[in-house]
Amino acid sequence: MTIPVSNPPQKPCRIRCCTVGGCLSANSLAVKQQLETAVTAAGLDDQVTVSGVGCMGLCSQGPLVQIDPSGELYAKVMPDQAVQIVAQAGGTGHGDRIGRAESEPHEFVRQNANATAAHPLTPLSATLPFFTRQHRIVLENSGLIDPERIEDYRAARGYEALHQSLRDMPPAAVIDVITRSGLRGRGGAGYPTGLKWATVAKMPPGQKYVVCNADEGDPGAYMDRSVLESDPHRVLEGMAIAAYAVGANQGYIYVRGEYPLAISHLQTAIRQAKRHGLLGSQIFDSPFDFRVDLRIGAGAFVCGEETALMASIEGKRGIPRPRPPYPAESGLWGCPSLINNVETFANIAPIIRNGADWFAAIGTAHSKGTKVFSLTGNVQHAGLIEVPMGISLRTVVATMGQGAPDGAQVKAVQTGGPSGGCVPAAAFDTPVDYESLKALGSIMGSGGMIVMDEHTRMVEVAQFFMEFCMDESCGKCIPCRAGTVQLYQLLTKFKNHQATPADLDQLETLCDMVKHTSLCGLGQAAPNPVLSTLRYFRNEYLAAMEPFPHHVQA
Amino acid sequence: MNRASAVTKTSSRPVSDQRLRLLAAAMKRHQHRPDALIEVLHTAQELYGHLELELLLYIAHSLRLPPSQVYGVATFYHFFSLEPKGAHSGVVCMGTACYVKGAAQLLSTLEQKTGIQAGETTPDRQFSLMTARCLGACGIAPAVVFDDQLEGHQTADTICDRLHTCLSATE
Repeated sequence: MTIPVSNPPQKPCRIRCCTVGGCLSANSLAVKQQLETAVTAAGLDDQVTVSGVGCMGLCSQGPLVQIDPSGELYAKVMPDQAVQIVAQAGGTGHGDRIGRAESEPHEFVRQNANATAAHPLTPLSATLPFFTRQHRIVLENSGLIDPERIEDYRAARGYEALHQSLRDMPPAAVIDVITRSGLRGRGGAGYPTGLKWATVAKMPPGQKYVVCNADEGDPGAYMDRSVLESDPHRVLEGMAIAAYAVGANQGYIYVRGEYPLAISHLQTAIRQAKRHGLLGSQIFDSPFDFRVDLRIGAGAFVCGEETALMASIEGKRGIPRPRPPYPAESGLWGCPSLINNVETFANIAPIIRNGADWFAAIGTAHSKGTKVFSLTGNVQHAGLIEVPMGISLRTVVATMGQGAPDGAQVKAVQTGGPSGGCVPAAAFDTPVDYESLKALGSIMGSGGMIVMDEHTRMVEVAQFFMEFCMDESCGKCIPCRAGTVQLYQLLTKFKNHQATPADLDQLETLCDMVKHTSLCGLGQAAPNPVLSTLRYFRNEYLAAMEPFPHHVQA
Repeated sequence: MNRASAVTKTSSRPVSDQRLRLLAAAMKRHQHRPDALIEVLHTAQELYGHLELELLLYIAHSLRLPPSQVYGVATFYHFFSLEPKGAHSGVVCMGTACYVKGAAQLLSTLEQKTGIQAGETTPDRQFSLMTARCLGACGIAPAVVFDDQLEGHQTADTICDRLHTCLSATE
């Protein structure tokens, strides 16, 4: 029996405080507590709600607090500033709107007017390009709803898409909508989602599984963490719709052990969804059953590769196997399995609700919709952004991120993690889509976008990534196991200015070999950071073949 | 935590205590299914702090798995430790965003201060220094975690202060 949604009456004013991710580390729970105390002290309990919400995006400026309905946004809020914020919410301009007698909040504002001198609030303009250039689909609820309350998600039209699918659409129609929307896998490879679903759906009826890949291993990327922490029900809903479409009744979410808060929010969400009858048996009184279990990763990058991930869910070492057979034919315990990334599942509900054409109208010809990026590194406004496909890298880095701090020049952007490459500043007019980034020798990847300034040495960046791949190689196939070690040693020679021209040849030959002969994506993509830095910053490698000191500027 | 008390050296079965009861209950909850191995190892490490060989043998026996497979899984994943950890821990994130923001310098500062390398524990078993692949705190890079408390925007000075507070918490 599915519990119908009921919305409690809203208070006229709401103070939202981010209580996940970076803001949480910056003591935002104490801020939220102080806000609640201050609201009670001001006698505004019946007028103002204080909510802990998910990520608002500009993580580098956290903790972030925003006031509804005025939209005032404050950065780097300290617990002792709570009084000022409550005064702001209850006093300036809102007194009449919230229908409070003049005396109380204004008295409160007066009393606390002097408390502001020590730590004045840091207001942030909501018209910053960082916010205005975004197009939020996956993150539409992030920072607006309390991720630990299913009521909030349902009030934001949550689980409507699942209801609509079960009530009005046969499974084939669901797959048709996803196919026509042009959605492609957001884990990095960009395989058409509808095609993958159709393959699993076509397999003979019987036990099938839906798996959510939340093993976000790329260093410098935290989109999935944020989605799971800020809006976990959205992922569950996407998985349930997928399960209905392909004929599965069991789902697994494989989430990194490094993300304790994401795990906790997922556990809460699964419990709540079961209680509301949105997971379990006969969902929305239809014959459709679906259960979801969590599997916690144990720290192995290679488990983001789908066959390794499935081995890990089965309780084994996370070692990839050759494909075919693809998981769609023979996956978990040999059964047909659909594996999609967190962000892919997070896109499903809005597509069902708004239709394929709506989604297909966003983005470029071959890359539809939006993409969430974690814009980090040497950039002034670091955080999480969701932008339409096709936006230029320059808009993202220079306009939204406001360039590098301290007036430094931006030199390159690294996308795609250890499997991606570095895009030089000269190519920043390239639109962000799967094909364009690939043509530049990088990949879209899962969404890490690390800005590097002029002080970054590219040989060291290549060595950094190679060390990563060397450590994370599972050791099954020789090109990856031994090749990454050899590449790392060669790069170390370059870093230490001991390389010879023969080493450069060797480096290029070996990159080619590892790329073409490794078993899985980890090895095949491991040389990418080297190849892309060789392509765009070759002079740094050449300079590294000369003895110290060198004066070459890239 | 006392290392010797965790598991007896002589028998192939860990000492029967509250932790073992909790571990047995966790395995029962998974119906002793072999595919629950990683979940069970997570629980075991949470209870005991690390995974001794006797404990792994006990788990292998309970889940009806060959000891080689249990040992293989326990050593494959970075999360599981077969060695006891120090009373306090410091983890420096070495993700790309932290790296370009100077995480390597933070790590070498800590290595100098503590006299141990990443992955090691001080001889007095007070402090373990570790690195992480990426903690997903890229927006506030560089990030470190002292005793499960994540903090961003670190510098060499703040990290030394944190190390000091973290270590003095025991005395």
